[in-house]
Amino acid sequence: MRQGKYTILKNEALTAQVWRMELAGDTEGIRPGQFVDIRLPELFLRRPISVCNAEEGVLTIIYKVVGKGTDLMRTLTAGTELDLLTCLGNGYDLSQAGEKPLLLGGGVGVPPLYMLAKELCREGKRPVVVLGFNTAAEIFYAEELAALGCEVRVTTADGSAGQKGFVTDALPAEYTYFYACGPLPMLRAIERSCTSDGEMSYEERMGCGFGVCVGCTVKTIAGYKRVCKDGPVFKVKEVINE
Amino acid sequence: MADNRLEITLSGVRLDNPVIPASGTFGFGQEMAEAYDINCLGSLSFKGTTREARYGNPLPRIAECGSYGMINAVGLQNPGVEKVIEHELPELRRIFRKPIVANISGFSIEDYQYACALLDKEEQVEILEVNISCPNVHNGGMAFGTSPEAAAEVTRAVKAVTTKPVYMKLSPNVTDIVAIAKACEEAGADGLCLINTMLGMRIDIRRKKPIIANRYGGYSGPGIFPIALRMVNQVARATKLPIIGCGGVGTAEDVVEMMMAGATAVEVGAANLVNPTACKDIIDALPRVLDEIGVERLEDIIGVVNKD
Repeated sequence: MRQGKYTILKNEALTAQVWRMELAGDTEGIRPGQFVDIRLPELFLRRPISVCNAEEGVLTIIYKVVGKGTDLMRTLTAGTELDLLTCLGNGYDLSQAGEKPLLLGGGVGVPPLYMLAKELCREGKRPVVVLGFNTAAEIFYAEELAALGCEVRVTTADGSAGQKGFVTDALPAEYTYFYACGPLPMLRAIERSCTSDGEMSYEERMGCGFGVCVGCTVKTIAGYKRVCKDGPVFKVKEVINE
Repeated sequence: MADNRLEITLSGVRLDNPVIPASGTFGFGQEMAEAYDINCLGSLSFKGTTREARYGNPLPRIAECGSYGMINAVGLQNPGVEKVIEHELPELRRIFRKPIVANISGFSIEDYQYACALLDKEEQVEILEVNISCPNVHNGGMAFGTSPEAAAEVTRAVKAVTTKPVYMKLSPNVTDIVAIAKACEEAGADGLCLINTMLGMRIDIRRKKPIIANRYGGYSGPGIFPIALRMVNQVARATKLPIIGCGGVGTAEDVVEMMMAGATAVEVGAANLVNPTACKDIIDALPRVLDEIGVERLEDIIGVVNKD
């Protein structure tokens, strides 16, 4: 955990509900799959948001406007200073990737895959990325991921773009390991469909974001674990669904 | 170096300063030690510990209350007293050399006695903080902390198994907290800690459902500070026991106010969850606040508003 002041460089809409914010500040030690916890004016709890990218003092986060906090974030302008906790959570285990890792993202679960894909490409791996959205208008970051050198497949539930269906309908024939982030039903479907070992990133309503309040504990095959501190990334079938 | 202007004494236990992270907002210190050297604290009240390991309540357990605070319904998740003694306390000892406040919860008189008797043997534990705002499954679902008789019964039972100072942590969700405080005093409590969280609720108006899976939860944060302060003051005026004031404290000024109301030490709770260095920031700011109000030693202001 690190704490610091970050200045908003850019805050712009990618789709009707999804926004991207770039912040200037300390990006030291931030790993793919980790999240940041943002203090916002007039709100008591920080807001945990996954890291889309962190490089040379520029932190990029992508968030969906779903409630009071994200609605407030949308209104923040360049130059605004924010208090962030960074380097939170375990992040993805890149050592497991193998030669041809599969990255699966659904909706606002797509952003953390960007930094992961970037690191994997840098290591010379050839990731296949399958993205799932409800409809064409909600698609974001397919081009950015392709620009990294990944093979990108897009699915939409209504068939308005890419392949009609869900990410599990567009899986490649072969892959060495998978990384997934998205809504719970998607993660469940992936657990049923994927043939390799893999890991998945969870989200949960959090109190602190760094492990002390145990507000986000889930049951796992290895006992109780905190999504914020022991996760948010867990091995496939590690979390017990009830 | 500790600034001796901030020194206080709780039932013979000398603390370098009155700031104690409240149970449940600081785990067993490990996570916070990533943010700063926690040896600046006066003491530390560890995560509420019960006889058996507990998972706690279903998720979501957390709801925000605007800028006023939050509701939690964690439900005393903890590894159980044996694991705490075997694993958590030795780990804590490696990073923390100050006196420890052991926070204990139970569901029966025997539970409390069992956990307290074990923690009594831990040298670094210098105060037992007995949480009596949990459901009393032993007694038809009523909380120990909501009846003077039950509060006194737990106090007596715990006192019988320990020689360490026993502080009863009181629930604010009662009609008359003074009656419960007095019952604890008469039953032999060495001190009191108040207040625990206030029972609260939030509703997700889009889903048309309570946000907290358990429906209700404990409301904490700056919104409860005036209520906590009032209750500390009422109890301070009605009993002779030292009080650890708790509830919505977030600044050095809040600490001073709590102590002026009658608290000897102060617990900081929800603030830790928002700002990991909250306790350190408060301790660092205390000498400046004392200078501003023309006070030399913090101990001199305890209960100052009760003196005329």
